[in-house]
Amino acid sequence: MANYYDPADLAKFGKIGDFQKPLADKYFAWYGEVFAEGALTQREKSLIALAVAHAIQCPYCIDAYTTDSMEKGASEAMMMEAVHVAAAIRGGASLVHATMMMNKVNETLM
Amino acid sequence: MSIAIKSLHARGLELADANYQLRVLHEGDVAGLPTFPQKLAEHGIDGLTPTTMRVLQLNIGKMCNQSCKHCHVDAGPDRKEMMSKELLRRCIDVARTHGFSVVDITGGAPEMHPDFRWLVEELSASNIKVMVRCNLTIILANPKYHDLPAFFAMHGVHVVSSLPFYDERNTDRQRGDGVFRDSIEALQMLNRVGYGVNGSGLVIDLVYNPVGALLPGPQAQLERDFKRELHQRHGITFNSLICITNMPISRFLEFLLASGNYARYMEKLVAAFNPAAALGVMCRDTISVGYDGMLYDCDFNQMLELPVNGPSRHINDFDAGVLMHRRIVVDQHCYGCTAGAGSSCGGQIEV
Repeated sequence: MANYYDPADLAKFGKIGDFQKPLADKYFAWYGEVFAEGALTQREKSLIALAVAHAIQCPYCIDAYTTDSMEKGASEAMMMEAVHVAAAIRGGASLVHATMMMNKVNETLM
Repeated sequence: MSIAIKSLHARGLELADANYQLRVLHEGDVAGLPTFPQKLAEHGIDGLTPTTMRVLQLNIGKMCNQSCKHCHVDAGPDRKEMMSKELLRRCIDVARTHGFSVVDITGGAPEMHPDFRWLVEELSASNIKVMVRCNLTIILANPKYHDLPAFFAMHGVHVVSSLPFYDERNTDRQRGDGVFRDSIEALQMLNRVGYGVNGSGLVIDLVYNPVGALLPGPQAQLERDFKRELHQRHGITFNSLICITNMPISRFLEFLLASGNYARYMEKLVAAFNPAAALGVMCRDTISVGYDGMLYDCDFNQMLELPVNGPSRHINDFDAGVLMHRRIVVDQHCYGCTAGAGSSCGGQIEV
């Protein structure tokens, strides 16, 4: 295993079914429905995926959903705002835990 | 930052040669992709044939005031090829005689042709609908072009203009520095004479094509974005947005090869093949005429120097009966018109 991440592996995603087909089939069918036009537009879903990709720092997902967002007509500003949302939630998730720290401080000190 | 580029021809590149481009399309880093006829056959389509002859598209010259990075014509200020007045006259005769409902004038910047206005006047006088592929910046390029909006309006010309995005950064990235600013000013001039204004009957459509190795987004949604943004930011109105896929030929092919995107882009086009789009491609109702009078199934075949099949290959030998029974010439670049929702000079095929 020369590299942990290889861009060519993205195109092999479908091959996860080689080891366990029924679950892969269910996953990809569900995945397809998730991203179909619904109450949210396909572009909105693509931008959510792009934000989540950054939150979970998945290179494959960032590659795929940067392209997909552009092909759904998203502007650079839309994509960067989506990433800021992810970053704000990630930052906020750390900061909101400060309330635990503060609770602990307050219950520990006189 | 966008840098003005010269044409492939002026740079003496082998990619300027149509045969070289065809070799890249067949032998480049795309092993294993089906040929376009094979793909059609997979879907039970035995080649493409004409349905009608509605549009006569005239490419009257390769000279242009712009030199866009994606130009499939390899047009630019350094290109001098232009259709002679004799051939223009012959094209007008053919349009009149054979009942073409639209003459679609393109280039280059067709307005730079010395007989452009005469051509429009002659067609208009024959009640033939005229469409002009106007790059917008030509209107501001020289004072002699400042009255083009009024001229277009006088003859009811349907104006079709490229604007790759509603922001300066992405437009100039593809079309050159300052193009967005001039395009906006030209659109405002067109609006002032009635283009894109409800009830005027004067139509201005904008053309979106992706600024890179991407398929175009959904036309209806992008049209809403363009209309909202251009109106809010610049007070501009227009009729429709036309989404066109970049063909893997000429300067866009140069970009694909130089950026390492060629194989990925071809794979993307092939994977997105849509048989319904294949049946609606523009070549089925269009005849494209080159500056030298040669006849082609479309403007892209023209640039690859792939003339129509059969003996009626020049405007001087125009034979409607022969042309209506021809088999349309296809090659690997045709995947550009059949990907996803499809693409044509009139926009997405399935909207």
